[in-house]
Order: sequence, then C-alpha cells, then structure tokens
Amino acid sequence: MAEMKQAPAGASAGEKLLTWVDNRFPASKLYKEHVSEYYAPKNFNFWYFFGSLAMLVLVIQIVTGIFLVMNYKPDAALAFASVEYIMRDVPWGWLIRYMHSTGASAFFVVVYLHMFRGLIYGSYRTPRELVWIFGCLIFLCLMAEAFMGYLLPWGQMSFWGAQVIINLFAAIPFVGPDLAILIRGDYVVGDATLNRFFALHVIAVPLVLLGLVVAHLIALHEVGSNNPDGVEIKAKKDANGIPLDGIPFHPYYTVHDIMGVAGFLICFTAVIFFMPEFGGYFLEYNNFIPADPFKTPPHIAPVWYFTPFYSMLRATTDDLVNVLAVLIGLAAVLNLVKGKGTGQTKVVGLVIAAVVIGALKVFEAKFWGVAVMGGAVVILAGLPWFDHSPVKSIRYRPNWHKIVYGVFVINFCILGYLGVQPPSPVGEKVSQVGTLLYFGFFVLMPWWSQLGTFKQVPDRVTFKPH
Amino acid sequence: MKKLFASLITALVMISGAHAAGGALTLDKFPKERLTNVAALQNGAKLFVNYCLNCHSAAFMRYNRLKDIGLTDEQIKQNLLFATEKVGDTMVVSLNPKDAKEWFGATPPDLTLVARSRASHSGTGADYLYTYMRTFYRDDTRPTGWNNLVFPNVGMPHVLWELQGQREVKYVEKTDPHDATKKIHTFDGYTQLTPGTMSTQEYDSSIADLVAYLTWMAEPQAQSRVRIGVGVILFLLGFFFIAWRLNAAFWKDVK
Repeated sequence: MAEMKQAPAGASAGEKLLTWVDNRFPASKLYKEHVSEYYAPKNFNFWYFFGSLAMLVLVIQIVTGIFLVMNYKPDAALAFASVEYIMRDVPWGWLIRYMHSTGASAFFVVVYLHMFRGLIYGSYRTPRELVWIFGCLIFLCLMAEAFMGYLLPWGQMSFWGAQVIINLFAAIPFVGPDLAILIRGDYVVGDATLNRFFALHVIAVPLVLLGLVVAHLIALHEVGSNNPDGVEIKAKKDANGIPLDGIPFHPYYTVHDIMGVAGFLICFTAVIFFMPEFGGYFLEYNNFIPADPFKTPPHIAPVWYFTPFYSMLRATTDDLVNVLAVLIGLAAVLNLVKGKGTGQTKVVGLVIAAVVIGALKVFEAKFWGVAVMGGAVVILAGLPWFDHSPVKSIRYRPNWHKIVYGVFVINFCILGYLGVQPPSPVGEKVSQVGTLLYFGFFVLMPWWSQLGTFKQVPDRVTFKPH
Repeated sequence: MKKLFASLITALVMISGAHAAGGALTLDKFPKERLTNVAALQNGAKLFVNYCLNCHSAAFMRYNRLKDIGLTDEQIKQNLLFATEKVGDTMVVSLNPKDAKEWFGATPPDLTLVARSRASHSGTGADYLYTYMRTFYRDDTRPTGWNNLVFPNVGMPHVLWELQGQREVKYVEKTDPHDATKKIHTFDGYTQLTPGTMSTQEYDSSIADLVAYLTWMAEPQAQSRVRIGVGVILFLLGFFFIAWRLNAAFWKDVK
C-alpha cells in the first residue's frame, strides 16, 4: 500500500480534503502533469489555437447533442417533423439546433487547420507518430460521426446522400452487397437505417471519439508539444529539469487559448445568428424537404467537408485506373533499373506491381473509387514514415518545399470545390489530375522531402517577447 | 454494374445540363423590406390561409404562432380558423393526398419550409416564390390549362388567376447563338387575355405580401435570431478585448 501523506499542521479544510483525495486518487498529480507543470514551447503561433478549439467544438457538439436528443425522434415517420418541432416549439431549440449544425462544419474547419499545422511543422515526426495516428483515427471517427448525423434530420439530402454513400460499399468485391445491407439494415435506406445511425451517432462513435481524444492528449503530454521551429525543447533543460524554452500550460496557454476561444466564438456565433445555412453549404436547401424515396434530387452533393474525397471518388473512372496501372508498372520498372534494393526485393516489387495491376483491371472502377476515397484518408497516417526530410519545420526547409505544400493545399481546395459541383467533363479531368497530385504528394514524399538545401535549425526556439 | 454506373454518371451530367438550362430565367428580386412590415405579413397570412391552405398544408406551423406578427387569438379564431380547429393546431388540410395526386399529378407539397427549400444559387427562396407566383400563363396543352415559366409543366393551376387575369406568353423566334441552323423560342412578354380584379402593381404587391409571409413562416424566429445575434457578437467583442488584455498581462513575464 502506498504511504499515506499527512496534511501539514494548521492546514485549511480545503488542503486537508485535497490530501485525503490525493491519498486515494492522483488528483494533484494529474493536474500537475497535464496542466500546471506541463511545459509547452513558448513560441506557439496562430496555428496552435486549433487544438484547443477542436476540444471546444467537441464539447459544444456533445452538450447541444444531448439537448437535441431530448426532443428528436429517430423514426422515419417522425424525424423530420421532430426537427421542425425543435426549431419552432422547443424554447431556444432553434439555437441548440443551429449550434449543432454549425458545430459540425466548424469541427471540420478547425480539424483541417489543426492537421495543416501538424503537416507544415512536422508535428508527426519522431517521437510523435502515435499522437498523429490517434489524430488520424479521430478524423476517421469524425467523418463517420458527421455522415451518420447527417441522416438524422431525414431531409432529401440526408436520405439521398446516405443512399449514395452506402451504395458505394456495395462496390467492394465479394462482401459488398451484403455489407451494404448490413449497414442499411434493409434493402433501401429506411427506418432501420435511421435507427442504427442514431444509435451509432449518439452513443457508439462519440464514445470511441472521446477515448481517442484522451489517447491523443496522453500521447501528446508524454512526448511534449512540437513547435513552429520543430526544435525539441526537452533537449535543453535548466537545473530543475524544466525545458528552458518551456512555459507551464497553465496559466500561459490557458489565457492564450481563452483569447483563441473568444475569437473563434465571434466567427462561430456570426454564422449561427446571421447565416445558419451558410449559403446552402452548412444546411443544404434540399434538406428542408422531407425525405422522399420516390423522388431523386437532380444533384446530390455531400456536405462541403467530404467533397475533396468525394471528388477523388468521382475522378476514379476506367481512364484513371488505366493511368494508375501504367504508373505502378513504371514505378516497378524504375525500381528494377535504378532501385537500391537487392535483386530479391526488386523481384518482389515487380511481383507486387503485377498483382496490383491485375487487381486494378479485374475489379470495376467503382470499387477503386471507393478504395481511392478511403485511401486518401488512410494515407495521412503514413506521413511519419513518408517524410524523410532532415528537419521537421517548414521554416528550415528549402523554399520550393513551401510551394509543394502550397500546391497541395490549393489542390485540396479545388478538389473540394469540384466535389460540390455537378459532374462535368472538364471537372472530371481536373479532379483526375488533382487526385494524382494528392497521392503523388504522399507517395513521392520519401523522395522529394530530402531534396534541396535545408537551412540550419537553431538550438533554441525563436521567440520575441510580447 | 459498370454500365449502370456509367449511365448514372451520364444521367447526372444530363440532369445538371438541364438544370443549368432551366436556371437561365433570372429570378425577380423579392422586395425584402416587406419582411419587417407587419401589415404586409398579416395580409400575406390572410392570402395564404384563403388561397393556399385549401390544398397545401403548413403542418409545422401553429395558428397561434401568428401572434408573432401582431394578430390576437381572437382575430385568428374569427378570421382564419374553421369551427373545429383549435388555435394551437398546426395548419393541416383535409385534402385527401390520393385525390390530389389524381387531380394534379402530384400531392401539393407542404409549404411550411418552402421559402427555405426553394433557395438556390440563383436566388433566395423568396425570389423564387415571388417570380413563380407571377409567371403563370394559359397553356391549353396542360391538363390544368396553366403553365409556369419558373416551374415548367407545374401541376398547380393558377389559383390567383381571378386577381391577375389570364395571360398568354409571347415568344419571338431567334437564331440559336450556338447553332445558326436552329431557331429558338425566346420569351417576349405576355398578352393579357382577360383582365384581373387587380392591376399589375396591386397583384405584384399582394404576391410580395404572400411571399413575405411564407418567408416568415419558414423561420418565424429569424428576426429575433438576428437581433439576439447582434447582442451576442457585441458581448463577445468585449470578451475578446478582456481575454486579449488578460493574455498580454500574463505573457509580459515570458521572456
């Protein structure tokens, strides 16, 4: 048994209570490790607001979600009307609903910016690989959560969006059709689908999401935060073992993040109160029509945060599959001729390429579209192993690397834009190039990330006192 | 399966093409100031209950919500309700959906949210409705004898024809700018066949009132939402200022 500590003589009632608790639960220890004595680099910039903001949005979604569930009815015959009941008859129901619907989009805005921060400052590099992977899993959960939540208002877009996405699963070879029925619980999207999506949206996925957020934070606090210079602050410590460039999270970053929260809330509430539909992007116009299984809307587009990936799905036609087959063949031949590996590994590479090309031609393009869409999300997790640059932060990389990242971001936005638009021949070609650029960025990263003249990384972080 | 997917894509392309062509008619701007005019909203409510509510429901709208636009329970009961309805009821209709389907080819949609669902990138839902209600014309090829410029081959007849009178569309033949060998019909105004009880200005004004009401009904709390929003933003600006100074006060110690 652990030794029981005694509160010092003359201690206040509060101190005595804390000692009592600390002897049974590591309250003070947890507080110190994660808040008051968690040393974060002092040179965080604008991009470092988005982690705490993601946490804030998560809390907003959970709290507003709880209140929505009090009046929402997960029943195909009642769901749409219950949402309108919340909007009209429940006191402040409209505010709760708009907070939740705007929160969904805000979550993706914040998380995309948070991921971009990690990307440019190399926050996924050793020893933060697991922080990054937990983050990727959170992103995956978030997509599932958003997709299932979007069905619940039971409007036309809810229904047909779900119909289209679930049908994609049917394209998976062998198990696809059965899998689609398992997801729907029926042969068409219907009451059974609505009920299971409700259960998953309200209980299962949030539970996993919260667990992953805890894991993300524990892993982060174990290795310490990265910073815009990509310098390990733990390498330089003072006599007490405190990083010279580190400052306690509380109070410095708590007050800093409160400022971020205030700024974020100004934007967030501006949307809620002045443009809750956000021009049809946060709440799609068609979704104000109750779901009608007999009336397909002329244009079905997913909500904006899915559109870059949706674009890549649509771009995967037979043509793109052929291009991929040729590219893989070329890569295998290039490896054979110029690769560094032994003869044996080269042959293995050739065999793998042949198998992949065979598979590309055997299964239909629709399946590969699904694979491309899924792969575009999953590939993010490989970043720690793709990046071979000698420095972490973009600040000390060759200038042309910044252009590469710029192209990647612009390309992602273009893909997002095209995903909102109805399909067109030009859009298809552009999104095919965009898809190749997106994957090229990651697949070729082991090669391009080590090219160029890197700048000298300083010993200590660069910081200008405020 | 591959074929199915390909045909689906083709269909989508065609539909989007048709969609783009349909959007060629520019929508008239709904006079927004009517939204804050209580008399206009009340007149719109009266028109809605008298003309629309016979076939269309507004199933999410309660009669007593009309108190928000200045009507009293008594006024609602005496002017807008039938004997059997209660003031807290929603605006449902007794029209049998099966009959409606037979008569019009489609069940008349619920109108509670029509001002929101009809919004598009060509204009607000109000712009759409304001244009739609003013572009009916006589067309003997249609079962109802009516057609519409914004919603071609619409199932709904021109319910307000007595107010507007009957009109026919004039077309001019023009050479297709994309193909010199083809002629296209272009809209060139109306011919008034029989006069209505209202002048064009009076009719447009009545429609503006009706659309104002529909817009209000689609989101009755919209105006208070904006009002509260201004207060919230002002509060947050103050909060941001304090947070900013608090942050500066702490960070002056960080060297």
